[in-house]
Amino acid sequence: MKILEKETEEFVCDAPNAQVTGEKGFALVKYLILGILFGIIFVKAEIISWFRIQEMFRLTSFHMYGVIGSAIVTGIISIQLIKRLNIKSISGETIIIPNKEFRKGQIYGGLIFGLGWALTGACPGPLFAQIGSGFTVIIVTLLSALAGTWVYGRFADKLPN
Amino acid sequence: MNEFIEWLTQPWPWYVAGPMIGLTVPALLILGNKTFGVSSSLRHVCAMCVPSGIPFFTYNWRKETWNLVFVLGILIGGFIATSFISNPNEIVIASGTQQELAALGITDFSGLMPSDIFSWENLFTGKGLLFLVFGGFLVGFGTRYAGGCTSGHAIMGISSLQWPSLVATISFMIGGFLMTHVFLEPLMKLVGF
Repeated sequence: MKILEKETEEFVCDAPNAQVTGEKGFALVKYLILGILFGIIFVKAEIISWFRIQEMFRLTSFHMYGVIGSAIVTGIISIQLIKRLNIKSISGETIIIPNKEFRKGQIYGGLIFGLGWALTGACPGPLFAQIGSGFTVIIVTLLSALAGTWVYGRFADKLPN
Repeated sequence: MNEFIEWLTQPWPWYVAGPMIGLTVPALLILGNKTFGVSSSLRHVCAMCVPSGIPFFTYNWRKETWNLVFVLGILIGGFIATSFISNPNEIVIASGTQQELAALGITDFSGLMPSDIFSWENLFTGKGLLFLVFGGFLVGFGTRYAGGCTSGHAIMGISSLQWPSLVATISFMIGGFLMTHVFLEPLMKLVGF
């Protein structure tokens, strides 16, 4: 019971984890496999390419718009199916999709991320795939991103939000 | 079989990759009641390694270990795709973009990333400082400030019909267009292109 109590402590996360049952060790392998598939798609669809991101922002290719757009459409259909058919998670829990509340940070932070996205040619997911693909220097970009995350956390209460 | 392998090594079109990425949303929800988001992993690493007593990093990150395992998987996936089913041909870049980038001083259009920018030799130069260090910082700072990145807002957020995520996504795009069309040229000149 003690463990359960610990896990219900309040935590406002951006990619929240609603599962009550704790997962350790082998139970985490499914996320590793999902991540591996994800990484393969990133490389094979060339989403990790700095050039593809430049094409997107220069409106010279439909590729990235197609990827993100069709991912969203697939996501919308999936979530509607989960909701309407009341599909449960494999551990039998009701699936919870937390609401995102509007904050000004979504605009300010969004603009800042966008500036960085066009420079690095990567959002956080592709950063990991770039490193795995042998662009080892991207480790530096990742460390800088960690530093940026930390600095935001340090000054979060002083920023307009 | 050979045809299948050959097909795998070709770049995958958007209508294959996009729906597969979209399916990550229900996969995570059904596998473990988890919402899709990658940039949170950066926060968990901070919480794990340098919480420094900051409230933003003081939470039970162990419960979010799955997120770190997920991004480790992305890294391994990148390795697998590049080692075993990589595209034998050079990347095909839209001619308009290639011309504009050539005018900015990019000369290498052979790989997924231009070696003019992304190489260890450039790390301690203005180029490395701008694209790797400064760019990475903006990505980390901006995503956390916005409360998510392309996965958490653009895909997960809009998929669950949340308008704040649409606002965030539009902001990402405006930031990217601003950098590409307004700041990139002067910044690249500044660092010696």
